Amino acid sequence: MSDLTITVRGASTGPAAGTTAGLSSADGLDHALAEAAGGLHDSDAWAVPSRTERLRRRALWLVRRPGLVLAVLAIALALAWAVWPAAFAPNSPTVGVPADKLQGPSAQYWFGTDYLGRDLFSRVVHGSALSLKATAIAVAIALVAGSGIGLVAGFVGGVVDDVLMRVVDVLLAVPGLLLSLAVVTVLGFGTTNVAIAVGVAAVASFARVMRAEVLRVRESVFVEAAAASGVGRLTIVRRHVLPNSSGPVLVLSALEFGSAILAVSALSFLGFGAAPPAPEWGSLVSEGRSYLATSWWLTTLPGLVVVAVVLSANRVSRALDGEWSDLR
Amino acid sequence: MRAYLLRRALQAVFVLWAAFTATFAILYMLPSNPVAIMLDAGGEGTQVDPEKVAELTARYGFDKPVWEQYLTRLWAAVCGDFGSSIQTGQPVTGSILDALPETLKLASIGLVLAVVIGASLALVATWTQARWLRQALLALPPLGVSVPTFWVGLVLLQVVSFQWALLPAMGNIGWQTLVLPSLTLAIPTSAVIAQVLAKSLSTTWDQPFVETARAKGTPRLHIHLRDVLRNAAIPTLTLVGITVGNLLAGSVVVETVFSRNGIGRLTQQAVTFQDIPVVQGLVVLSAVIFVVVNLAVDLVYPALDPRISQRTRAAV
Repeated sequence: MSDLTITVRGASTGPAAGTTAGLSSADGLDHALAEAAGGLHDSDAWAVPSRTERLRRRALWLVRRPGLVLAVLAIALALAWAVWPAAFAPNSPTVGVPADKLQGPSAQYWFGTDYLGRDLFSRVVHGSALSLKATAIAVAIALVAGSGIGLVAGFVGGVVDDVLMRVVDVLLAVPGLLLSLAVVTVLGFGTTNVAIAVGVAAVASFARVMRAEVLRVRESVFVEAAAASGVGRLTIVRRHVLPNSSGPVLVLSALEFGSAILAVSALSFLGFGAAPPAPEWGSLVSEGRSYLATSWWLTTLPGLVVVAVVLSANRVSRALDGEWSDLR
Repeated sequence: MRAYLLRRALQAVFVLWAAFTATFAILYMLPSNPVAIMLDAGGEGTQVDPEKVAELTARYGFDKPVWEQYLTRLWAAVCGDFGSSIQTGQPVTGSILDALPETLKLASIGLVLAVVIGASLALVATWTQARWLRQALLALPPLGVSVPTFWVGLVLLQVVSFQWALLPAMGNIGWQTLVLPSLTLAIPTSAVIAQVLAKSLSTTWDQPFVETARAKGTPRLHIHLRDVLRNAAIPTLTLVGITVGNLLAGSVVVETVFSRNGIGRLTQQAVTFQDIPVVQGLVVLSAVIFVVVNLAVDLVYPALDPRISQRTRAAV
């Protein structure tokens, strides 16, 4: 979809294009199409730039943002670690060489070794699978449940809206981490339960954003037109409301990705994640606590990996949120 | 004003009731069996004695219908009784009140630090005319929200306490033990404050009254600190009201890292032992703090901006 967005928006150089500035990019397609349908442009403005011209513009856009390129590469690397850990990890994550225990970072052991002589870098690489899986589950739960609640509240309205939004208000009144901890208390420990807990804590903000968008779209002319021509309510939701209101929630889920990594690793650090031999980013840092005075690498380096991934995720979500619109 | 306060008080009571009800629903009504969780604390899968199950079921009233359990617990909670801890047998309210002072100390110092760090970062970044300094300063908040709190705490511990041996590494005794934990707690909050304040400062600088003041020859620093800051402070104040709860949640991690006693430690232990009554008490406590702080913030608005009090009076 983004490809099409860029093409259409790249073409809209007429005066009306300026009026869409400031709207989030995920809406871009809809607005561009709305403009096109409204016949706001004279035909000259629709001169499509040549293929090379578009490529050149996109390349330039990326070159001006080395941080963004780096962020995308970092996330790609972390995902690759999660999918093919064995291809990146030089050693076993669970079996150590006792003779090499507690060694500092070196050419052989990039991140050093722990008290059992296990290679910390390999453990971090293997840990990314559990940590990123938990993050993905958390974001998916927040996205699906939150958008669902927001959609129902916004589209049905009335008492249903009132009740759902009061529940959301209360969820927002309790700090996210505390809410996650309450859920973990009931569900028990483990990576999946931690993921569910983090996802539940984020549902409220998704519901808020989705409801606001649905309220906006519900009032629009094309929904009115569909209703007037006898389209059923469910079809209106599926065909018109949902596609047109999902942009901001998708941007929010990119942003939530970074905070979900932080929340998941915090819960794992507190000891509510996977059971010990399995590596997780948070629990790796926690394991290093006992050796803080002597072996700095055990806490510092896994933590740096988390920092790098979260920074990258936040950078990418910032780009999704607004910067695409610079690419006109 | 009286009517306004009354309405706010009613809202506060509603939020507290709803927080209680939501935690009741999550903690006591989910398909999992609370008695089994209580007996199998920490999930070791110990053999459960049926007699003990019957006793606990009767003691916590799980054999009664759900609405009766709910009403009994709600009434007890109104009277300040959240039952007793499964792990220690102590009344929940008592253990929370015992742990509260240490965390309030930590969180209030953390909040002051966060406001000071965040506000000065935003003020310098928007005041300076050196482009590189502004960009360098504005790059810090995104970094601040991306670092895990537990990691910052451990790195500080390791450098300041172990390598330089400047400050004690753990414990609650003496002001020295407060320095690193409160700093750790302050970093994410200060980053958010800096982001929001810097943004509203720079939008306020574009307003016409600033131009008027400059045309009159008022010094830039004077405009920045007296006029612009005052106008830009409102969104930041709202934000501070929201983040106080996060300081409480952050104390779970910080107190664990620095081995301090307090609400955070209590929370961590309660979750570890799946101590449902304690967890419920803590969640309701966080809702109480949220309600009180936001009420306080609302009452401070008119002091910063006289227009607000007129508007609320007109609205009531």
